[in-house]
Amino acid sequence: MNTAIIKNNTCIPVANIPVMEYEVFAEVVTHLLADKNNHCVAYYGYRLDAENLKFICAIAKDNRGDIVMLSYELDTTQTTRIDSICPGSLTLQMYEREIAENFGIEFFGHPWAKPVRYAWNRADKDKVLQNYPFYRIDGNQLHEVGVGPIHAGVIEPGHFRFLCHGEEVLHLEIQLGYQHRGVENLYLTKKSLLQRTVLSESIAGDTVSGHALAFCGVTESLAGFEPDEQLSLLRGLSLELERIAVHVGDLSAFCTDVAYQLGAAVFGALRTPMINYGQLWCGNRFNKGLIRPGYNPWAYTIELRDKLNSVLDDFEMKYREMADEMFSLDTVQSRYEKTGDVTREQMEMIGAVGMAARITGIPRDIRASHPFGSYKTLKYIPELQQGGDVWARGMLRHDEILSSIKYVRDLLDKLDLSSEVVRAVQPRVHKLEFKPNMFSISLTEGWRGEICHSAITDENGEIIHYKVKDPSFHNWLALALAVRNQEISDFPICNKSYDLSYCGFDL
Amino acid sequence: MFETFKILDHQGKQFIPVLDNAKTPSVFRGRAEISDAPCPEGCTACVDLCPTDAIQLNPLRLDHGFCVNCNECAASCPADKFKFTNDHKFATNVRERLIVYEGKSTPIRIDQSQIRKEIQSVFGRSFKLRQVSAAGDNSTEMELNAGDNVNFDMSRYGIEWVASPRHADAIVISGPISQNMAEALEIAYQATPDPKVVILAGVDAISGGIFAGSPALDRSFLDRHKVDLYIPGNPIHPLTLVLGLLELTGRLKRND
Repeated sequence: MNTAIIKNNTCIPVANIPVMEYEVFAEVVTHLLADKNNHCVAYYGYRLDAENLKFICAIAKDNRGDIVMLSYELDTTQTTRIDSICPGSLTLQMYEREIAENFGIEFFGHPWAKPVRYAWNRADKDKVLQNYPFYRIDGNQLHEVGVGPIHAGVIEPGHFRFLCHGEEVLHLEIQLGYQHRGVENLYLTKKSLLQRTVLSESIAGDTVSGHALAFCGVTESLAGFEPDEQLSLLRGLSLELERIAVHVGDLSAFCTDVAYQLGAAVFGALRTPMINYGQLWCGNRFNKGLIRPGYNPWAYTIELRDKLNSVLDDFEMKYREMADEMFSLDTVQSRYEKTGDVTREQMEMIGAVGMAARITGIPRDIRASHPFGSYKTLKYIPELQQGGDVWARGMLRHDEILSSIKYVRDLLDKLDLSSEVVRAVQPRVHKLEFKPNMFSISLTEGWRGEICHSAITDENGEIIHYKVKDPSFHNWLALALAVRNQEISDFPICNKSYDLSYCGFDL
Repeated sequence: MFETFKILDHQGKQFIPVLDNAKTPSVFRGRAEISDAPCPEGCTACVDLCPTDAIQLNPLRLDHGFCVNCNECAASCPADKFKFTNDHKFATNVRERLIVYEGKSTPIRIDQSQIRKEIQSVFGRSFKLRQVSAAGDNSTEMELNAGDNVNFDMSRYGIEWVASPRHADAIVISGPISQNMAEALEIAYQATPDPKVVILAGVDAISGGIFAGSPALDRSFLDRHKVDLYIPGNPIHPLTLVLGLLELTGRLKRND
C-alpha cells in the first residue's frame, strides 16, 4: 500500500503524501478504519486554486504511535458529487459534513448530511441557522422541546431540539454554529506568532493549555525546534493542572444537577486553589500567557514548587473526603447509575475521543498512544471506566483527578529548577521560520480529549491552511445518544457530565 | 452525618468577608502602567508586538479595551516601561477611561456622575443579571459563574444570575459577538424590561479582542445600544466583576 507514515508533532513535505484516486482512497480508508486500533484524526479539504481541491486525511494507529497520511484531489469543474465513505465507517460523518459545508461537495450516501457550524465562508449561504433541517417524527402523541441558543445558566449558546413521547426523549438533535468566530481563517489573516498563540489560547478558554500545546506542536515542528525535556515538563504541568481544575469544577456541577448542595459548594471551592495557582505562576487563572512556542516565558521557582506541593496536599485531603462522601451517598448513586448510558459499540461507531470513549472502556488517550512532550519521558496510563453512564463519567473524572495529582508530583521530581528553561532566562521567541511546502500535525490530550491541530505551508513557508479539531467535534453526538430513551429531566446531568465545548466545535 | 460535619469543619469559612480588601498576588496581570522612562530612539517594539493593536504612540498609551493582557510589551520593552500591576479594580462606565497613558498611574474608576440616575435608585439593593455568551470562549463565562461561588458570593449583595431576560435588570455580554449570535442577543435585550443595563465582560466583548476584524462577527448591537459598564480582562477576574457591579449600583463609593 502506497502511504506515508509520520509521528505525532512532526511534519512531512506535502509532496510526500500520496495522492490517490478517490475510489482507492475510499477503499484504503475504509480498510484502515475497520481496525479498531485505528482512528481518523484529521480529514479536510483546502483549495489548490479556484477549481481544484486537495483533501488530506490522517489516520492514527493507536497501538503503534503512527499516523498514516493519505490524500486525493478533486477538480470541481468535473464533479462536486462523490460517494460517502460513511457507509463503510461512520466515524467520518462529521468530517464529510464539514467538507460539504465548506466547499459544496455532496457526499452521496451520507446518512446525516446536515450543516455543521454555519461558517461565514460556507459554500451555500442559503443554508442559515433558521432553516436547519431538524429530524421530525409526526404523530399526535409526540411533542418537541426546543432549548436555546441561550440557556438558563451562564454557559455558551447552542440549540437543543428534543423529540419526546411524554417525559421520554426519543431523539435529541443538537444544532451548533452560534459561537462561530472564524478561528481557522484568523490563523491566516493574523500573521504574527504571538497573535496566533493568543488565538490558540482562545479557541476554548477552558482548554487554554490543551490548544496552546497543540499550536506549539505544529509550529515548533514546522520550525525544526525540538523542545527540551524541561520545557516539556513545564507544559505537562500546566496541562495536568488544567485537567484537575476543570474536573473538580465539573464535579461541582454534577452535584448541582442532583441537588446535592454540600458537594456543589465544596467542589466549587476546591477549584479555586487550583486556578489561583496558575495566577501565582503566570498571573492568569486560566494559564493564558503561560505556554509560548519556542521558549518558556515564566520562571518556575523553588517557592512555586513548594507552594504547589502544599496546595496539592491540602487539595487532595479535602478532595478525597468530599469525593468519598459524595460517591457513597445512595441518593447520588441512584441518580447517576444507568442514567444517560452509552455503549462501547456506539462510541466506536461514532469515533468518540477522550473521556467520551474512556467511559466505555475504549483506551483512547493520546498521552499513551501518541505520547507528546512530558508523556514521552514520564509515561501516563489511561484511566478507564466501563459503564458509559453518568456514574462512569463522574468516576472517570474522579480517577483522572487522582492520577493527574500523582503525575504532577512525579513531574515535579523531574524538574530541574536550575536549568535555563525553567528559570526563563532564555531569549523570547517572537518569530519562527517555517519550512516550505510542509504538512504538520500535532495531537494533544486536553481534559475533554484529543485535540488535533495541523497546518500546511506554501513555498515561502507561509501558513496557507490551518485546521483545528476539538474533541467536541465528535463527542456532541455521544451526548445525543446518551439521552435517548431517558427522561428529559435527566438532560442537565447528562449534558454537564460531558461538558462539551460549543466554541471548540464552532471555531 | 458525621462525615458532613468533618468536611464542613475542614472547609471553614470560604467567603471573602470584605471583597474590596481582597488582594491578588503581585504577578497577577491586571491594570497596566506605563512609566515615563525615555524610549530608545526609534523603538516601536511594543506597538509591533502587541497582538491586538492595543498600544498606540504619540502619546504612548495602552487601551484595556483591546489589551489581552499577554504581557509581551512588558517583557520585551528595552526601557522596561510597561508593567501589569495586580490592581484588579479597573471596571469602568466610561470607555475612554480604559486607556492608560504614559507617565500616569491613576487608577481606573467608575465616573459616578455619568451613571444613569435610575440605575442606583432602582437596582441599588437588587440587581438581576442575564448573561449572554455571544461567541465567548468560556473562560469569562466561568469567571462570571465564579462571581457567585462560595468565595466571591455576590448574591449576598442581591446580585444574581437569572435564567430569563424577563427576570433580568441587565444583560451581561461576553464574547466578540458572532454573526450567528447577533439575532439571539438582540432578542434577549428586547425581552429585558426597562430600565435595563448593558454590561460588557471581557476584552472580547469590549473590542472583539483577538477576534477583532473577523468577518464572522457582527457587533452592530453595540452601535444600537449604550453600554453602562466595561469589565476588562482576558478573562475577567471575579473581583473586577463584583466590585464593578457594587460601584455601579452605588453600594461601594470610592473617593480616589
